[in-house]
Amino acid sequence: MSTEDELARVVRDHAGRLAGSLVSLLGDFSAAEDLVQDAVEIALRRWPVEGIPDRPDAWLFTVAKRRGLDVLRRQQNYRAKLSELQRQDDHPAPDDRLRLIFTCCHPALAREAQVALTLRVVCGLTTGQIAAALLASESAVAQRITRAKRKITDAGIPYRIPRDDELSERLTEVLTVIYLLFNEGYLSSTAERAHSRDLVDDAEWLTALLHGLLPNEPEVAGLLALIRLHRARTAARFTPSGELVLLEDQDRTLWDHTAISEATALLTRTAYRHHAPGAYQLQAAIAACHSEAPTWAETDWRQILVLYDMLLTLQPSPVTCLHRSVALSFVDGPEVALTELDLLALDTYPLFHATRAQFLRELGRDAEARVADKRAAELTANPAQLDLLRERLAR
Amino acid sequence: MKYVLMFIETEEFAKEFEAKGPAEREEAYRRVYQWFDDHRDKITDRGNKLQGPETATTVRLDGGVAMTTDGPFIEGKEVVSGFTEIDVADLDEALRMVRTWPACPVVEIRPVAEM
Repeated sequence: MSTEDELARVVRDHAGRLAGSLVSLLGDFSAAEDLVQDAVEIALRRWPVEGIPDRPDAWLFTVAKRRGLDVLRRQQNYRAKLSELQRQDDHPAPDDRLRLIFTCCHPALAREAQVALTLRVVCGLTTGQIAAALLASESAVAQRITRAKRKITDAGIPYRIPRDDELSERLTEVLTVIYLLFNEGYLSSTAERAHSRDLVDDAEWLTALLHGLLPNEPEVAGLLALIRLHRARTAARFTPSGELVLLEDQDRTLWDHTAISEATALLTRTAYRHHAPGAYQLQAAIAACHSEAPTWAETDWRQILVLYDMLLTLQPSPVTCLHRSVALSFVDGPEVALTELDLLALDTYPLFHATRAQFLRELGRDAEARVADKRAAELTANPAQLDLLRERLAR
Repeated sequence: MKYVLMFIETEEFAKEFEAKGPAEREEAYRRVYQWFDDHRDKITDRGNKLQGPETATTVRLDGGVAMTTDGPFIEGKEVVSGFTEIDVADLDEALRMVRTWPACPVVEIRPVAEM
């Protein structure tokens, strides 16, 4: 592990925890977040030179506290909070990150703001790191975060774990944000971008954190299994020169089979305890089918088809139907699959045409296949993009 | 925290309401009254139902001279049709309240500025 990776990891393990306890302490989300961000920036400058301290949590807390006292001294109305902060020693506070996550992913915030805020507040990324990871400008990300923080304060978004009767809906919101991060990271990862922040790693870390805090939530376990199953294939996803390798062409001996069996075991344990599986569990189960197949040809397509049917009852979407049609082509043949595919209103979706082309070729309708391929190419910016989409289809 | 709930009607909602018979309208009003009654401990000002956007007059003062025009400040298919002020712990409580609102299909929740 490089020092930089280690640094990022240590910051992530402690920044959110510190933010969580400071928000509780100060009762001011925005002010607490500023202090943590300052402490993180200072740590990122000093730790590479001075080394990572033995107690990074205490170090960060001390820096944040000193900054906080400075700021608060200048604001008379914070006198009560000031003494509160002075009284606080640097013992690790209880883990308040669950509240923090729910606040950052509150439905009253725009999706983009939820994503940026979660990365910054819960994972301790700097604005610059977030901008690089999301391929956005730093000023745009900074503005998004400032607006979101202002809204939390001004609109009275509470710093609280939702009530039991609201938990499942709010958890869905949190999982959507993490899934988005995962997708963003997974699809943008290339050999050239190996040095930029790995959002997939952040997504896995967040899901694992959430799973630790809410161990009985089956969809959290489902998402964790899904992410881990995909990460287990990392070594086989690119050629040495950095080109994407589609699932069907991957060298399956390169997969992390230990990680695969652990993720599958987690999925099985979860399925055993909870009867009706949710969408993430079903997607993970589909990924598990692929991961357990010795070859592409030996994939259990029948099982995958059943899982897609279950997924469609939960989340009917033409894109899911498109995915399902691939499994269908292996079970009932390309003709049946093509008939199903042609019912979908996905004319502007390049993968729709690429999949059509494939079915047509299998049926020996080469001229039509070429037309469909051309249409797919017209709709995508570049061939690498199409490869990405094809890979997504095989997930 | 204090919030103002702005009730917003859509053209579709207005048309549906127009088409209702007297008994159905009566029932719709009854549900609205019931909602106000259910939440009376949180309502600090019942506010008012407004007349339609065709009755609105807008005055613009930013051009040096006051410009008076017929109609609401934004012409659109969705118009504010009433408002109510509530006092609740936080946005989540306001959201819970609004979810049970039985009439027009859109509600905007705005925190009141502390002066």
